[in-house]
Parts: sequence; C-alpha cells; structure tokens
Amino acid sequence: MESSMNVREYSNISMIKGPLVMVQGVADSAYNELVEVEMPNGEKRRGIVVDSQKGISVVQVFEGTRGISPVGTTVRFLGRGLEVKISEEMLGRIFNPLGDPLDNGPMVIKGEKRDINGEPLNPAVRDYPEEFIQTGISAIDGLNSLLRGQKLPIFSGSGLPANILAAQIAKQATVRGEESNFAVVFGAIGVRYDEALFFRKFFEETGAINRVALIMSLANEPPVMKTLTPKTALTLAEYLAFEQDMHVLAILIDMTNYCEALREISASKEEVPGRGGYPGYMYTDLAQTYERAGKVVGKKGSITQMPILTMPNDDITHPIPDLTGYITEGQITLDRSLYNKGIYPPINVLMSLSRLAKDGIGEGKTRDDHKDVSNQLFAAYAKAVDTRGLAAIIGEDSLSDTDKKYLMFGDAFERKFVSQGVNENRDIETTLDIGWEVLSILPERELTNVKVDFIKKYHPAYRGKK
Amino acid sequence: MAQGKVARVNGPLVVAEGMKDAQMFEVVEVGEPRLVGEITRIEGDRAYIQVYEDTSGIRPGEPVVGSGAPLSVELGPGLLGQLFDGLLRPLGEIKEVTKSPFIKRGIKLPTLNREKKWHFVPKIKKGDKVEPGDILGTVQETGLVEHRILVPPYVHGKLKEIVTEGDYRVEDNVAIVDMNGDEVPVKMMQKWPVRVPRPFKEKLDPTQPLLTGVRILDTIFPMAKGGTAAIPGPFGSGKTVTLQSLSKWSEAKIVIYVGCGERGNEMTDELRSFPKLKDPWTGRPLLERTVLVANTSNMPVAAREASIYVGVTLAEYFRDQGYDVLTVADSTSRWAEALRDLGGRMEEMPAEEGFPSYLSSRIAEYYERAGRVRALGNPERFGSVTLASAVSPPGGDFTEPVTSTTLRFVRVFWPLDVSLAQARHYPAVNWLQGFSSYVDLVSDWWIKNVDPDWRIMRDFMVRTLLREDELKQIVRLVGPESLAEKDKLTLEVARLIKEAFLKQNAYDDIDAFSSPQKQARIMKLIYHYNQYATNAVERGIPVKKIADKITVVPDIIRSKATIKNDELQKYDELENKLKAQFDELLKEAGA
Repeated sequence: MESSMNVREYSNISMIKGPLVMVQGVADSAYNELVEVEMPNGEKRRGIVVDSQKGISVVQVFEGTRGISPVGTTVRFLGRGLEVKISEEMLGRIFNPLGDPLDNGPMVIKGEKRDINGEPLNPAVRDYPEEFIQTGISAIDGLNSLLRGQKLPIFSGSGLPANILAAQIAKQATVRGEESNFAVVFGAIGVRYDEALFFRKFFEETGAINRVALIMSLANEPPVMKTLTPKTALTLAEYLAFEQDMHVLAILIDMTNYCEALREISASKEEVPGRGGYPGYMYTDLAQTYERAGKVVGKKGSITQMPILTMPNDDITHPIPDLTGYITEGQITLDRSLYNKGIYPPINVLMSLSRLAKDGIGEGKTRDDHKDVSNQLFAAYAKAVDTRGLAAIIGEDSLSDTDKKYLMFGDAFERKFVSQGVNENRDIETTLDIGWEVLSILPERELTNVKVDFIKKYHPAYRGKK
Repeated sequence: MAQGKVARVNGPLVVAEGMKDAQMFEVVEVGEPRLVGEITRIEGDRAYIQVYEDTSGIRPGEPVVGSGAPLSVELGPGLLGQLFDGLLRPLGEIKEVTKSPFIKRGIKLPTLNREKKWHFVPKIKKGDKVEPGDILGTVQETGLVEHRILVPPYVHGKLKEIVTEGDYRVEDNVAIVDMNGDEVPVKMMQKWPVRVPRPFKEKLDPTQPLLTGVRILDTIFPMAKGGTAAIPGPFGSGKTVTLQSLSKWSEAKIVIYVGCGERGNEMTDELRSFPKLKDPWTGRPLLERTVLVANTSNMPVAAREASIYVGVTLAEYFRDQGYDVLTVADSTSRWAEALRDLGGRMEEMPAEEGFPSYLSSRIAEYYERAGRVRALGNPERFGSVTLASAVSPPGGDFTEPVTSTTLRFVRVFWPLDVSLAQARHYPAVNWLQGFSSYVDLVSDWWIKNVDPDWRIMRDFMVRTLLREDELKQIVRLVGPESLAEKDKLTLEVARLIKEAFLKQNAYDDIDAFSSPQKQARIMKLIYHYNQYATNAVERGIPVKKIADKITVVPDIIRSKATIKNDELQKYDELENKLKAQFDELLKEAGA
C-alpha cells in the first residue's frame, strides 16, 4: 500500500459473521488496509478491510472471530497493507503465514517488509524456461520433463503418495552441469499435523533443512490463515529468487485446502457462488498464486513451482484440478489403479503433461532421441491401454499378434519404466535406455514416431553393432 | 466532465458519488494513484466503475475524475511487433519506466511512441476531395507491412494541405482537411472507441480459404478469410498450441494475438520465437506482422474484459487499410468469466451458471465484428477480419454456457479431444465432431490452384473416418478378426489417414507447416493406397498380407516430417514405390 495514513480507532461493531466484522462510523478505511482487533482481555488479532464504504467497513479477521464481542472490542485501522518481513534467514526455519516463528526460534530481525499479495510479473520481462531439471524420476524426466521456472502441479488423490513424491523431487532435483541445489520453500496449507511432521522429518534426515523454509498453517486453523499461506511462501520465494539470486523450488501442499478455505470465506461474504459453490473469481485467484513462478531477464534466480492438490473423489474435472490445469504448465497426475498394482510413483503418464518440455529436451539439452522416444512411448502406451480395454471384452486370444505385443509392452512400461524406488535417482540416459528397452518389445514397423537414424543408434537390436 | 468522490471500494468495483455529468462507458481516473476505470452503471449521481487495476489502498473520499470519452485506443504506426497489456499500454516501455520485473499500477504510458519518426509518403495532393477511409499516404512500418494512413471516419472535404514526403511523429499534422469551412487537422495517429465497430462500405461473403499449414484445419475443416472459428477443449488438449500454429503459419497479412487471461510464459514464448521464425508466405520474421495483447490471468480482471474489444478494434483498423487480418483470442472463456465476476459484484441477476444474462448478446456482438468487407474510401480495397478463439469449458463439458453459446455464432468448429491429446495425437481436433461451413466456398480455390481431384479425395478421407468409427463399435463387440476383409482394409486406411495426414507435429521444423500442395500430395498417396489395396482385396489377397508386403507405408507416414515443402518431387518416388510393391504383390499372388 502506497499512501500511509494514521492509525484510527473505532469500537462500534454492528455485526459479526464468520470471519467478518462490520465496523460502523469509519469514514476512510482503505481497501485491503491492515486492521488490529483488540479484545477486552488484551488479546490482539489481525485482519484486512474487504469492503470499504462511507461509514461502514467490513473487516476479515485472520485468526477467526471466536470470542469477539461487539462490546468492549477495539478495532484499529493501521494505515498500511498486510506486509510480512521476509529474509533469507527464513531458510532452515518454520513460520506461520504472518511471519511468526513456529519453531521456538527468534523473530526475523533483518529483512524486507513486503506486501504478500505480490504484483503481476510483466510478461515483457519474463525469460522463457528452457533448462531441463533432472528429478531422477523416469515418468517425469522422460515423458513430462520439468524445466527451471515452470509451474507443474501434482494432481493426487486421497491416500496417494504425493508427499513422498514431492519430497523425492525436492531432494533429487538438479540442473545438469550445475553444482548448486535448489532452495526449497514449502507452503504447507492447512495440513494435518502428521503431514507437517513427515516433511520436517524427511528434510532433517536428508540434511536438506538448511536450504528449506517451511511456511505452515494447520488443518484446524481459521480459513484466512490457509489462504495467506501460499501468498507468504511465494513472497519469500520471489525475494530469494529475484533479490538473492537463488534458484527456488516452491512446493505448495495442499491447494485443495486453499480452495476450500476460499469457498468458506466467499460464502460468509454472501457472494454469488459459481461451480461447486466455489467463488466465480477462483480462476483469477488461483492464477495470482500460480503465476508467481518463472524466470526474469537479467536476474540470476528463478522460481519453479510445484503445487500439489487432492482431486476430490479422484475426479480430474472437479473445479479445483480443472481450474488449476487451465493455469499451470501441465500436470503430473497420480492414479489409484497403478498405486493398487504396487507401482511407485503411480504416475499416469497419459493424464500427465508438461507443456514446456519441448523447449528443454533434445540435442544439446538432454539427448538427441529424447523427443522421439517420448512421443513413441506415449503413442504406444495409449494404444496398449486401448488394447487392454478391447482384450477385457473379446478375450486376449482374439487379438492380433501385434495387439498382443502391445499388451506386453504396456505391462513392461509400467513395471520397468514408470516404477522405481523411493530413493532411486535415475539419470536421463538411463531413463531413455529403459524406454528403448521396453519399446523393443514392439515390431519395428510400429515405431513410426522415431526417426530411422535413432532406431539404428539406440534400439537394443542394433546398439553396439556397426 | 464529471468529478466526484469514492463512496465504496469492493475489489475491482468502485462506487463514486457526485458524478452528475457521468456518461455510460466513460473512462475515469480513480483515487490518488489515478487508476483507470470505466463507468458501467449510473444511479442518480452515483456511478459504478469497473477499475482496471488493483484497488488496494483506495478509500472513500478520494477523488474520481471523468475523461469525457469512452474507452479508446490509439491507432497508427508503431503497433506492429509490440507487446501491450489489455488496455494497449506498451509492456516493454513499462519495464523501462518501472525498473522492476513487476507491473506497477497507475502507470500512464501512451500506446504509440511520441518521439519516434516515421517516413511518410503522401499519396494524394492538395486540393483533392477526400472522404473517410481515403489513403492519405503510407509508412513502411516493417519490412512486411506498409501502414496506410487513412482519413479518419467522419472526416471529409477538400484537402487544404498535405505535408511533403519526410519523417514525422505520430502526433504531427500530416494533412489539413477543409470540412465545410472548418479546418480539421489529420495526424498519422487516430483514436477509436473499442466497443464500437469501425465502419465499412459493405460486408461480403468469404471466398478464399485462410490457409494455416495445419492439414486437418485446411483440408478437413477449412477456414475462410473473414470467417469465425471456435476451438474448445479441456486443459491439455492443445488449444494454445493450435492457436499458436494459426498465428505463426496462417496466410494473413496481420495477426493480432490476444492472450486473454492465460499464462504469462505463453506470451513470452511468442515474443521470444516470433522474431526468429519466418513467415512461410513471405520469408520475413513473423513479429513484423504481429501485435501481441497480453492480459495474463494474474493481471486485473476488468482489463481482461476490455482486451477482447481492443484486439478486434486493432484488427478492424488494419482491415480498413485493405489487409486480411487474423485475430486469435486465448481464451474467450476467461473473458466471459470476467463478465461474470464484474456482474456479480454489481449484484446483477445471474443467469445460467452465474453468467450474466447478456452473455450471448456479447458473444454475438464480438463474432459479428468478423467478416470480409469493402472498406471505406479510395482506392477501392477489400479487407477481412478472421476471428479464431479458444474456449475453455470447465471439465471439458461442451454443453456449458460459453461453449454452447459460441457454437451458435461461429461457422467453423475445431473441437479438441482430450483422449487424442493423451495419445499425443496432435492437433487433437475431433474429426467426427468438428464442422466447417466453408467447405463448399473454398473447394473452387483448391480445385483451381492445387489439385482437380481435391474435393473427391477430401470427401473420401472424411467418409473413411466416419466408416471407421462405425466399424470400431463392431470391433468392440466381436473383435477385429471377425470383420470382412474390406472392412479390415477400411481400418487400415483410416490408420494411415490418421498417422500420415491428420497427425502433425507443431514442433518439427518440416512438419509444422504443410503447404497446400504437400497436403494434396499426401492425400493423393493415401487415396492411391486405398485404390490399389481395394483392388488387391477384391482379388482375394488378405489385408494382413498387404500390411506385411507394402513396406513403404512407414515411409509414407514419416514423409510429413522428412519431405520439405519445396521438394515435393520426392513424393513421386513414394508413388512409384507404392505402385511397384502392389504390382509385385499381385504378381506373387498370381492374381
């Protein structure tokens, strides 16, 4: 907020509803102005102005309105917007979204106060992502490659191992030819306590905690705190990337909790609901979160964003994954049937996509055959899945010989290519070689998506022979 | 001009009071930071304003000042090759001014650079009678585009003065028109309100195809210059890639790309690749013919609503100069959502799915600005505005209001299918659902310019694909082995059509753009394959054997990415090989 005003105090509360407090007699509260609510027992809470009218101001209280009474409560308008002190000291520490420490450590002293809502990046200064990040996971590196500066979410389902996958990626991610690791900013939004413990433990064990900052709100906290969590996390990420020249991996878990908090707040404001009761502006709101990623011309750092969300009832058309998919640059989709088959990571590659992959793979970046192999694996696996459906109806015996090969390919692809260990870190060459190995199950004339030269160079039938 | 004070701030909606002289759709400046907004409702002396920038920090009592004019854009030399926001503010210059990677609000920068000089060549002389739309002179704006400076609509009379050939700024007077005794100065720059269509003499039926280099679009569902198309599809089905292909390869003189509520990196992609990519029709860098309007999803929602009109106004301006213009908008769903968001805040009665009841009339108004026209003024010229827009239906459901309404107002429908996209069959246009009502209009062009058998071959492909769909239902019940041989052949030919013709890799240097001649050559190979194979099947040769013996098929499939547009004679080899292998097959079989 640019214009600074004096602190003004009022005590005429006319209504309290959900997280909202309506204050009468306020002449000049600014939209989005920070407010302090002081209760008779001295407890202080914070909030912001969400509707400012002449004489009336509607304040949304972050910590909830439980215990607030119209009598004896003082509302102080602070004359500035919501700002959180951000600093590189936050790495290795845990904070709530208002910047208060949650790890018994001291408050941040040296730092920069920033409006956590951020500002839109000017498209004219964006630098296009083209550096391949090796995550060591074949289904991602080989088929849905992640690039530095990309925003690539994980669509998960209840009980699927999204957090294990996210942790593995955070641990293994490197850009080839560079020593430095990513700094990781974790935004844990309304997570269960056991999830919070999982991440903490994982990073302590792997020695990663000193390059990780955790911004956290728990499942039982008021909805406003949950909506603030990714904003604070990304404000920190922007500071580290664009002021401190760091490459940041921002992981937000779980965006479903964020959207539900958004819906709860919207309902209490009596806004016209959109699809599924979620507010009509949810697309824009999510975009303002997800678009806070990327690279900037002339800056050394970058933000790579990996939001994780739970698809309610595994439904990818639910508004939360649906709107997310329209904003992010692809998605990694987890699949319950693969998980039940015992395959980790249970990534459904057909439902997954990396929009930017084309610009970061191939000759000079990964390996010359990468694009072709990737296209061929996709096309062949899609055909295999189709054939499986056919075999289920007419029986495997009625299939043509070629179709039977496709069934074999499909199984090998899942068990050898997709499946790997929680600590298994495959380099891209290994990933592509496994790809060729499973493709060699198919007759060569089926491999029309790869150039003949690559078949001669990499196909196991020719490899090593001159 | 209206002058009042802020009474209420609720997100992008600001209510001001004391606005006695306010007009509907007047542009106002709101608050101390002078944010740009537009009046959308008036009640007594209260004006409801949709503000195009973030309203944080605005409070009741701050001033609101009217401009007396509706939302208008500057038109003139300096548009091409630039990246603008939804209100046509130059994002490149904003970067220089703010010295920050972020867009600061309240920035006022004119669309057109005021200092830059353009070389103006007069085309008429002192004393000539002029009417609206007459070409006063020209400016070679880029290597590709001659910018024609027109007499603005509503200006006519006798040319009292015109400058000599030389370098001028956009605000310099280049001519003075004596209009019934009034001296009206004319500059190279003019302003036009974005919500008002620019005038023309008459609207005509489209006759020429708008070639795109994308095979399924050109051959199966052709587009015409001056036509309208919708590209709906769930996320990940390739809407943006299809629109980018259109903006890169189509045979339009000018391309306006409106990123309406979409991803920031996509605009960066265009901005980065267009200077390097060559227009296949002229060999010049693509950026020379392109204007980029970016109002990404995280930029203010009200400006997103305006960006669509800004885009089509630019298109009409170039159309009036006598050019074929393509405007692609990605995506109109985000624009419709902006309407819903603003309507909701104005407490309007919502219709279907919360969208305002005027959604369909707004969509209709937008697409009606497309068309081929005879432009105003002399010399006589024809120009066209082609509109192709992405639609992003929630959950991929085409029955939702924006998609179903759009379908009523467009004449080409390129629906994208997520299951094709998942199998990496791109462009994932569903050939069973799509339609184009321009097939008959453009057939003549293809027959005259490319191949006399074009229509026969095209219809053969469409028929085969339809038949394949029926056969697939049978296969699902009884398996492929129990089909008659000729039906098995239909499946094989359909596979060839899909693999060799419909599938096209937008990222392959050779395959990305297929010339009309190349499209016809591939189609002819498939057509011949079907003729030879049908003959073989009639002589009792099983399809399986054909598949084994005709080994040129993978080469035919790969030819789209191995044979360049300028070496089509290589298709003769494939034709010969195909014929030879079938002859051999028949000989072996003793038939």
